[in-house]
Amino acid sequence: MRLTRNIRRWPETQGDMTPMIDMVFQLIAFFMVALNFADVEQEQSINLPSSELAKPPDVAYEEPLTVQITREETVLFGGEEMPPEQLLSAMRREAQFMQTYDKKVSDATVVIRADESVKTGIVQRVIEICQEVQFEKFALRSRQSDESTLIGP
Amino acid sequence: MKIRHTGSDDKIELQMTPMIDIIFQLLVFFIMSFKIILPEGDFNIRMPAAADMRTSVPSETPTLRLRLRADADGNLAGVFLGDQALGNAPGVFGQVHAQIRSLVGDASGPGTASDQEVEIEADYNLKYANTIRAITAISGYIENGQRHQLIEKVRFAPPREE
Repeated sequence: MRLTRNIRRWPETQGDMTPMIDMVFQLIAFFMVALNFADVEQEQSINLPSSELAKPPDVAYEEPLTVQITREETVLFGGEEMPPEQLLSAMRREAQFMQTYDKKVSDATVVIRADESVKTGIVQRVIEICQEVQFEKFALRSRQSDESTLIGP
Repeated sequence: MKIRHTGSDDKIELQMTPMIDIIFQLLVFFIMSFKIILPEGDFNIRMPAAADMRTSVPSETPTLRLRLRADADGNLAGVFLGDQALGNAPGVFGQVHAQIRSLVGDASGPGTASDQEVEIEADYNLKYANTIRAITAISGYIENGQRHQLIEKVRFAPPREE
């Protein structure tokens, strides 16, 4: 009885919104949880070498500094792209900055994200530059893989 | 006229449109800022500057040298463990791994490798992927889903000239 009267008053049919809103809220909740606010320095163009033994650090590094080496053999540090020679002055600045805040430079960890096709000599040069400003701890970053890298070409 | 119309209708119509607008805005924002982060892991290396290394107390076990040679293109040309040439066959890092494993003798229990140090001496233009493979081969292995540590102390020899 009521139904027929309602239909007469609002001729356009109203779709049920509830399932759609349910789904949309589910999606929002998913993306909110998956969103990573930590400002990880991950240059996507760098293709890291893979290793089955690489494990994420058990505890977060005290003072992580990320140095990235691109395929073109330039260094990305602190949001700037520079040739490896300029890294020394940037690192000096960083070390000075740490000392003004009473932090020991030797406690900092330099995380090196280098492309797999980069020359090992470049990576070593970057390590040397860091050693010059008394950095001691290094972490060579690699992509986690399930396959063993022992066999194969 | 209008007032009388709303007065007769005692049921309040919920306005869905603004809510859905905002919800879609939120959804688009979260989708846009979504970034897939691939799992990454680290190899930790403790390498103080060269001056400190000389003054440090020499360990009882001698440093094992792993020499990685490269050809002109930066591909692996030869691997030497100590004085032993291992060639550059596809499974050469498997050989390195087997050698290290027998040297460390992980049957005698973990922790025996803590003093052994390996120095990697790589050619300047060797591709970095090979170096990481070498570090993987010497630093441990995964068996039955469990991670076993072999050599903990890895360091690089001073870089060779180009």
